[in-house]
Amino acid sequence: MSSLAINDKAAPTRKVYRSMKHDRVWALRWSYVFLTIFAIFFLTPPIYMFVTSLKSSAEIGAQTNPWVVYHPTLVNYIELLTSSQYLGFFRNSALVSVFTVTITMLIAIPAAFALARMRFWGSGVLATGIFLTYLVPDTLLFLPLFKMFAVVQQWTGITLLNHWWVLLILYPTLTVPFATWIMIGYFASIPKELDEAAIIDGASWLQTLTRIFIPVALPGIIAAMIFSFTVSWAQFLYPLAFTTSADQLVLPVGITTTLIKGDVFNWGQIMTGALLGAAPPLIIYAFLMDYYISGLTAGATKG
Amino acid sequence: MADIAVGAQERGIVRSHATSRSSLHKWAKRKSTVAFFMALPLILLIGILVVYPAFYSMHLATLNKSMTKFVGFGNFQYLFKRDTFWMVVEQSCIFAITAVIFKALIGFIGAHFVHNVPANKQRRWRGMLLIPWVIPPAMGTLAWLWLFDPSYSAFNWILTHIGLSAVPWTGDAYWARFSVILVNVWAGSPFFLIMYLAALKSVPEQLYEAAAIDGASWWQRIWYVTLPMMRNIIAITALYSLIVTFANFDIVRILTAGGPVDKTHIFATYSFRVGIESADIPLGASVSLFMLPILAIAATFILRDIMNRGNEA
Repeated sequence: MSSLAINDKAAPTRKVYRSMKHDRVWALRWSYVFLTIFAIFFLTPPIYMFVTSLKSSAEIGAQTNPWVVYHPTLVNYIELLTSSQYLGFFRNSALVSVFTVTITMLIAIPAAFALARMRFWGSGVLATGIFLTYLVPDTLLFLPLFKMFAVVQQWTGITLLNHWWVLLILYPTLTVPFATWIMIGYFASIPKELDEAAIIDGASWLQTLTRIFIPVALPGIIAAMIFSFTVSWAQFLYPLAFTTSADQLVLPVGITTTLIKGDVFNWGQIMTGALLGAAPPLIIYAFLMDYYISGLTAGATKG
Repeated sequence: MADIAVGAQERGIVRSHATSRSSLHKWAKRKSTVAFFMALPLILLIGILVVYPAFYSMHLATLNKSMTKFVGFGNFQYLFKRDTFWMVVEQSCIFAITAVIFKALIGFIGAHFVHNVPANKQRRWRGMLLIPWVIPPAMGTLAWLWLFDPSYSAFNWILTHIGLSAVPWTGDAYWARFSVILVNVWAGSPFFLIMYLAALKSVPEQLYEAAAIDGASWWQRIWYVTLPMMRNIIAITALYSLIVTFANFDIVRILTAGGPVDKTHIFATYSFRVGIESADIPLGASVSLFMLPILAIAATFILRDIMNRGNEA
């Protein structure tokens, strides 16, 4: 409606109108030109990963045009997918990520519900504190945690280093604060009448949470789950510091440490391994892009 | 629906008036007790695995290498005398500030172009441009490492074919500094792009139409309409990214591991080198503590913004 009114005012003569349209067309063309340049910059590494993954070591060593595959082969894929070591990395990564997502949800959903709806002494401070802990980086905590785990090992005899499941203690520190934070936002946006009605009808708090909040806030929960999965799948510092034996490594560390043997880099295999390792988050992203983006923007825009 | 809810609420109040005051009090108390127990796992997790280690780190920084003796500020005095440490401070600042500026610029420009494109094509472009953010940083950096390979670099192949000389991407100290920033910008700018695109969409179209009628050029439209409307989100995103970039580990670790001759070390990689690889945990903790001031400043500003927005709402 407003645009109609503007056309009336802004185009008293046809000439002005046409020049505005002309501008628009050129703005659009320039947009496409620059977007293409950006797309080339952003997509070159993954595409080059794929190109290299189709080459044999002989072709990589032959120093032909690196951007073209002359003799495509699946030998790298076959070797990796039949290598028990690589499949071991994949299994460790999958187990760690799935369990981390589960633990994160079990901790974050009740906590977010309590903080968004049921005030208790110090809950306001706690909500702010959660956001602050989200800003504390892993690079600040890995050394004290490493020492703490070593001390616990000394006292109790439980080996807390060099096991993949040790990461299940560490990863929630990265995922829970953010997951709780965005879920407080989602829960707070649910109209109060909804849960008040349920409470009046005799529902317990737990029933209110499971019957009303979780179904209504499902998009937020999915976004938080995707976030937790991506973070645990990509985490590099903790597994590098806390795990060392080849059978306990997760993908990012496994690829960077074991596929590089001495100074020999088998680049075809490294690129294949990296591409397959990047596949799960990419596949999730391809199907659930909107949840992914809502989770991403929720962190700073909502709150 | 709202009427029913209000009715129910009134009935609830009437009923609670009927019961004695003390049981109402008890009920409120029980609600907060339940809430506390629901939040307890979170409190324990944050307390034991985030807050305690943060303070423990400060304690560790005051011990000697074998962690048997209190040395006060001995570790810091030792660091201040080392050229390598000052180089790490310098490089961390250069790395974080340059990378954040370029990420913000590319994100801002990119968001504008995506916003210009017809709405039905925006999804596709947005999906494509966000891919670097989805790829785990360790994997993406491996691809760059291969693109930068000293003898097989695919970039150098192009450069030599168009008549330029090959570039020592990770071999020369200054090129290596450039390379780590380039990879960080690649991995981080999609985040800015998405945030800015979301912010752009929230700017009312009427403002641009009004500006166009007043004869504003596209530059004036950006300067007087877009930037003021997006000021908050630009600041928040940049501060958040400053924290993450300052604390970055994966990219530098994989691309250069701090080399050549420690020129690309930043706080995180240097503290890993010292703390884990040289097994001097106290010294490593001392190095990582230097991230705290930047973190505290950025966090304060972010928090202030969130509080302000909370008051408006």
